[in-house]
Order: sequence, then structure tokens, then C-alpha cells
Amino acid sequence: MSATTADARTIVRVPRVSLSHAWRYWLRNATIFKHTYRLSLLAWFFEPLFYLIAMGLGLGRYLPQVQGIKYIDFIAPGLVALTAMYGATFETTWNAFFKMERAGIYGAAVSTPLALEDVALGEALWATTRAMIYGGAFIIVAAPFGVINSWWSVLAPFALALIGLLFAFVGLSFTYLVKKVDFLSYYWTLFLTPMFMFSGIFFPLGKLPGWVQTLAWFMPLRHAVELMRALLVNGEPGDAMRAALWLAVVTVAVFPVPLRLLRRRLQS
Amino acid sequence: MDGSPGAVVARALTKRYGRFEAVRGIDFTAVERSCFGFLGPNGAGKTTTMKMISCTSPPSSGTLSVLGLPVLEQARTIKGRMGVVPQENNLDEEVSVLENLLIYARYFGIRKDVARPRAEEQLAFVQLEDKRDRQITQLSGGMKRRLLIARALMNEPEILILDEPTTGLDPQARHLVWEKLRTLKRAGVTLLLTTHYMEEAAQLCDRLVIMDEGRILVEGSPRELVAAHTTRQVVEMFEPPEEVHSALASIEGSVKRVERLADRWLFYTDDGDETLGKVRTLPIDPGSVWLRGGTLEDVFLSLTGRSLIE
Repeated sequence: MSATTADARTIVRVPRVSLSHAWRYWLRNATIFKHTYRLSLLAWFFEPLFYLIAMGLGLGRYLPQVQGIKYIDFIAPGLVALTAMYGATFETTWNAFFKMERAGIYGAAVSTPLALEDVALGEALWATTRAMIYGGAFIIVAAPFGVINSWWSVLAPFALALIGLLFAFVGLSFTYLVKKVDFLSYYWTLFLTPMFMFSGIFFPLGKLPGWVQTLAWFMPLRHAVELMRALLVNGEPGDAMRAALWLAVVTVAVFPVPLRLLRRRLQS
Repeated sequence: MDGSPGAVVARALTKRYGRFEAVRGIDFTAVERSCFGFLGPNGAGKTTTMKMISCTSPPSSGTLSVLGLPVLEQARTIKGRMGVVPQENNLDEEVSVLENLLIYARYFGIRKDVARPRAEEQLAFVQLEDKRDRQITQLSGGMKRRLLIARALMNEPEILILDEPTTGLDPQARHLVWEKLRTLKRAGVTLLLTTHYMEEAAQLCDRLVIMDEGRILVEGSPRELVAAHTTRQVVEMFEPPEEVHSALASIEGSVKRVERLADRWLFYTDDGDETLGKVRTLPIDPGSVWLRGGTLEDVFLSLTGRSLIE
């Protein structure tokens, strides 16, 4: 009755994650954000905006149309995707690491009915929310430049959510794996920066060597850029569908990884 | 006591990390509505045991039930009925005292209209009501500890787990925490705590275990342990001069046990007056000799040794 025998199998078994408990952790993050957003919103939001102004207006003067549209219209959707990626990534790397290792926030949460998996999922959902806030704000700021040309733009929130969720799961996986905060820099320089270059934000990938194009196909940001461009500017539901499918499949595949990694890391 | 199911029951409870056994098959029963203490030097396995009880570290073998429920299968249920006061402050630094309590209440699924008055109630209980809108960084160490206790009470737990509840606090703050814990026990909360302070254990615990190297050495009430494992009284001498050492050594035969430390001699005896009388005949500064009762600290040191554990 009251006794239970622990054996190796019961320990490795991963308990089911609970969405309602993950939501409670999401609410914790949202409450903190209400107090800190004035400080944290700025940094990651302005960088893509500077790209839009400098490249779009500056470089755009010297470029003819790219793929039949103005250069600033070409780069704007990619920068929306980039903003969403930054939003989700910042939350799931530096912030998550700090909460887990320094502030004891994870420890406090799992002293309550929350399980480690709930915390990981709540963290990912919150990062998704931030991706949506950042990406949405960017769309609103960029709109006066005339970059939104399609009614398919109404689906942008769903696209941002999908992009945010994928980068949240990937970012958390890396964060829950590394032992020291310094290693998080490698995630940026070895993973995010190449994607930033080769995901078709600033130029179409069609003229690059075939092997680069193949490599780029495996980069999540490339499909995120394609999705945003198809919805916001080109109005091509077929392209959007294909990109969304790629992102959705990879998101589902990556989903269990951070949950398992967090348990492996923190369950002593 | 018999017949009570026990708030926490462990049988042959073991925790291994790879090949290292942190807890080596311990048995204990913490009775409901009592205070049960874990004492021991660093590395004794106290904190590991507490982690297993609070369902954050699964046992490697043996059985462990909390509130009659098995820890592995019923972790969520158990955690919902338990409060945990950690050793390290893990409050949300970005928000106020009150909001810390409300965030934590939400983890338990407590509705806001219930959480709000309960938070005020708990703040009053730990005497922090006038700090409700303060930032965490503005609180002293003692206030943070009291807030951690208030937070752990937000779900009105049946069991409260405390890992070194007063380490690092000044005497005023420590006595306030003790008073609050005794109030909780009277209200029917089962307390489980670890401590390094023998006085704390003697003040609070109905029963306690002394652990060392993953095993339980002894179990009992503080009074029982003092009676069983040390003498009724102790005569201490501070730096006795060289020339009386041989005379002191001759007294050794009439006492239970002698300990010679770098700066002190200790005579463990059941007749302190007789021993003291013998010592007083020697040419020793009377101010450097004193008689005291046997304490839990004597029990602890005789069982776990005086060597420093790091």
C-alpha cells in the first residue's frame, strides 16, 4: 500500500508532461516580464530594425528589384523571422540558464506539483510568446515602410508561434546540455550566425552553389524566412504551407529532447 | 505513538550516485504532527534524504512513503500537500514580497481570490506584513528566510520540509523562526528538518536521527539520546597547566570518559560534583574549570568524531 519499490525502470521512465502545469510556469514568466519588459524588450528588437533601415533604405537604393519586389520588401519578412528567432533564443539560452543555475527558479518550481517536464514546456511556451511579441512588434513598426502586401499576413501570428516554438525547443536543448554559461556563446556563433547568413534574408539562395543550398535546406531559419515572405509579401499559400510543414515536423521531432535533457541534468 | 501511520516512512532507503552510496539503507518513521530532525556532519546524507522525501530525487532502492503515498508514483500529489523551505534563497528577485507568494500559490493551482488573503495571512504570521510591497533585494537574510517559510505555507501543507532553517541567521531571527515552527507544530503540521545546530535540534525536535556516512547511527528523543550516549555531566578545563597533567590523569580512572583537546580537557562523568571536587584540590585557576550538563552536542561529537569534515 504505502510502500513502493524503486527499480531502474521506474527511474528512467519519463512522466507525462502536463500542459496545465506548464501553463502555471508560463504565468510565472509572464508576471516577471510585466516588471522587466521595459529593459529587456529593447535590445533584441532594435537590431533587426537597424538592418531594415540600413540595408533596406541604404543598400536598397543601389539594387534593382529582387525577385520582382523592392529590396526593402524582400528583406523585411526575413527580418521578422529573425526577430522571432532572437526573441525565443534569448529567453531559452541566457535567461533559462540563469533561472536554472543561478536563481534557483527551477528548484522552487519543482518543489510544487510542477515536474521538470512542465517547467521545460512552460519555458518553451513563454519563449514562444516572446517570439510573437517581438515579431509582432516588428511587423507593426515595419508596416509604414510598406512591406506588408498580402492578406495572408493575417496568419502571421500563427507563423510566429511556430517559428518561436521550434527555436525555443532547440535553444532549450542546447542550454540544458551545456555545463557552463560560457558555452552558450557557441550556440550563437556556430549555429545562429551561419543561419543568419545563409537563410535567404538578404539575398535569394538560388545563385549559391548547390551544396550550400542543400545545407541551407536543413536550417530552420531558412524555412522561417520563406514562411514569413510567402505570407507577408508574396501571398503564396503553397510556399507558406511547404515551409510551415517543414517547421511543424521538426518542432514535433525536437519537442521531447529538452524535456529529457532537463530531467537528465537536474534529477539527482 | 503506535498505530499512527507515520507521515514519512522509510525502509532500507538507499541512494546511489554511480558507485557512491550517499544513503545506505536507512529506516525511520516520522510521526504525524511531530518534529523529526536529521543531524549529521557534511556529507552524512541528510540533504539527499530530504530530496528523496520532497520527491525531487528518486530513491535507488528501498521504500519511501510520504503521507501514506509512494514517492515515485505519487510525486505530484505529495508535492501538492507538502511545503519545502530550501537552504538557499530561491525567491523571484524581480518582483515584490507579495507577488512572490502569489506566483508560488499559482504553481499549486490556488485561485487568486483564495491566494490573496492567504498571502496576507502568511505574511502576518512571519511578521512581514509591512514588507509586502518591498523588493526582495531590500530584505535582510532573516526576512528572506521567513518569506521562504511563508511561501512554503501557501498551500497549507501537512508536512513542512526545512533544510537548515536557521543557518546564517542572527540569534533574534533564529529565535523568531523557532517560535514560528513550534506554532506550526502545535497547529498540526509535521516538521522534518536538517540542522547543524544541536541547540536547534534540542529546542524543536521530538525525535531525531544522527547520520554519518549515509547511515543512521542513533535515533531517539534529544533527552533519550543524551541519557543513552553521553554522561549526565561534563567537567571542562581550559588549558590546564603542564604541572597538573599527571595529577589530572590520576582522576581519569574515576570518570566515564576523558577527552584531551588542544586547548581543553573534558571529563565525562555521572557525578560532576565529585569530579569537580577532585579537580579543585589541584592548583588550577578556578575560573578555567566548569561543570555543565551533558548535551546533544556531546552525543554528536562522540558519535561522529571531532575531525573536520569538508
